[in-house]
Amino acid sequence: MTTTTIEPRQATDPAPPLLQLDNVGKSYGNVHALRGVTLNVRQGEVTCVLGDNGAGKSTLISIISGLHDYTEGAMRLDGQPCRFASPRVAQSSGIATVYQNLALVPLMSVWRNFFLGNEIRRGPLRTLDIKRMKRICAEELRRMGIIVPDLDRPVASLSGGQRQCIAIARAIHFGAKVIILDEPTAALGVKQSGVVLKYILRARDAGLGVIFITHNPQQAYLVGDHFVILKLGQVALDARRDELTLARLTTEMAGGQELEELGAELRGETGQRDGPAARTEKEER
Amino acid sequence: MTATAMEPDRLAGARDDRVATRPLLARLISRPEVGSLIGAIVIFLLFMAVAEPFRNVANVGTILYGASTIGIMAVPVALLMIGGEFDLSTGVAVTTSGLAASLFAWNFGLNVWVGVLLALALSLAVGAFNGWLLLKTGLPSFLVTLGTFFILQGVNLGVTRLLTGNVASSTISDMDGFDSAQKIFGSEVSLGPVNLKVTVLYWIVLTGVAAYLLLRTQVGNWIFAVGGDAEAARAVGVPVRATKIGLFMAVGFCAWLSGMHLLFQFNTVQSGEGVGKEFIFIIAAVIGGCLLTGGYGSVVGASIGALIFGMTQLGITYAGWNPDWFRAFLGLMLLLATIVNLYVKRRADLR
Repeated sequence: MTTTTIEPRQATDPAPPLLQLDNVGKSYGNVHALRGVTLNVRQGEVTCVLGDNGAGKSTLISIISGLHDYTEGAMRLDGQPCRFASPRVAQSSGIATVYQNLALVPLMSVWRNFFLGNEIRRGPLRTLDIKRMKRICAEELRRMGIIVPDLDRPVASLSGGQRQCIAIARAIHFGAKVIILDEPTAALGVKQSGVVLKYILRARDAGLGVIFITHNPQQAYLVGDHFVILKLGQVALDARRDELTLARLTTEMAGGQELEELGAELRGETGQRDGPAARTEKEER
Repeated sequence: MTATAMEPDRLAGARDDRVATRPLLARLISRPEVGSLIGAIVIFLLFMAVAEPFRNVANVGTILYGASTIGIMAVPVALLMIGGEFDLSTGVAVTTSGLAASLFAWNFGLNVWVGVLLALALSLAVGAFNGWLLLKTGLPSFLVTLGTFFILQGVNLGVTRLLTGNVASSTISDMDGFDSAQKIFGSEVSLGPVNLKVTVLYWIVLTGVAAYLLLRTQVGNWIFAVGGDAEAARAVGVPVRATKIGLFMAVGFCAWLSGMHLLFQFNTVQSGEGVGKEFIFIIAAVIGGCLLTGGYGSVVGASIGALIFGMTQLGITYAGWNPDWFRAFLGLMLLLATIVNLYVKRRADLR
């Protein structure tokens, strides 16, 4: 499938991208998990990466968050070429990743989770400054509008949405420039998802470049500024919000032309394509 | 004045009204050591009622001594369990350390302190090996340390037989440095009618240091994190490998301390000793609120668990019961403690 790119993008947006992937690829031996992915993450924008299972979303996250190195192309942070040796290095460069299920340690309290790996210490014994950490944690959560009655509670006692929000607030507090959200709403109900989407916008308004990984086009369209659909390890669509409609995004996500063909096949009318979506798509190509 | 008066209202308004602040009692009983504390009080009252010598103040020293020999190991074992791992080699590792110090000094006719230091290096190395192999292979710690358990058990017997032709190490009480080493590892002080062994001091200091480490330092946060969810910990930059290997080495250090006490208390170490002790340390930690799955527990709880053992061991004798019942009692305590912990934790978390 060819890449659907619409040209005037560069002209309308002069802000230089925070994080830039230029033809990035990753091979595991003979398997090309990712090929020629070009992606621009801008400050104060939500970049949605959509794709079915196995489309290469996880590989893309691993590369950006420093879990894996890339084998082709170039990645640039603030214009500087970069390769992250470990998640720790990516973090100190300002890239925070909020994973769907390994964001927080369930049996640890809210404030201990918030500061895990970045504990504030004081005095000659390097004692944890618990008072200060609790205060900062409460302030940050309140600023994001998250209400947790007791910071000493284990994170396991909170709802899935609250946990995602705490992880997002943590990433913002520790100076992330780019935040990657790996399917934050996948395990959540409608209402909880809404809460998380709200915090995605808050993170955007706080000046971060947000990468929102999802397979839900409806949710992506609610918050996204820029959409990239991955298919079989390649970019199948790369468009700004004003170049898309939800219907188009949904169709593309659901398989686009392939789906049309499948539909035709199922109807026993192979070769005949007369759906309105298919027609507009044809015209654009 | 008005500002402070406004404060609670504003805060109350910001709260989710479905979740009330938990009452103090609920917060107290949600602490991991609460089960062991209740158990200790019950055991104490029981033996106070049925065993006349238990009421004798002079016996406090004996009870605390029994508790301390278990507690010195239960503390690092609890830390290790909170860190999500398990060590079955702790019982025989104590014997290994004592034997190493004794056999090395005796065979080469060296100052016993040389043997003591060598034993320390060996114990730390055994701990580091356990941790390293575990992380290298990804095998569960149960298997890795079960292997170490059998290796050490065999080596203890084999090497001792080879070097002395006997099942115990030779007496070293007439060797250079023995007296000073005995002062450090096996002395006793009298406080009024109570004779306190130095191990009691070590036990209390270890408990304090470990509790401080666990709850008030960055390393403590890391221990909870690697036990609770190692992947999440790694993702935020916690050095998971170093933390786990460090915990195994802490167990090694305490095995050395126990081994040195054993050696300088009795001048000689039986090579077959220590088998089965590992379970007692683990049970003490579990009674103290440690979860077998890691990420939760208390050092103070483990020490209270050790105290329960100390009291029971002697209480049974003092009450004139047959000591055969001790093991059955242990198993029962373990089951009760786990059930109580589980129940208390559920209740407390729901409030």
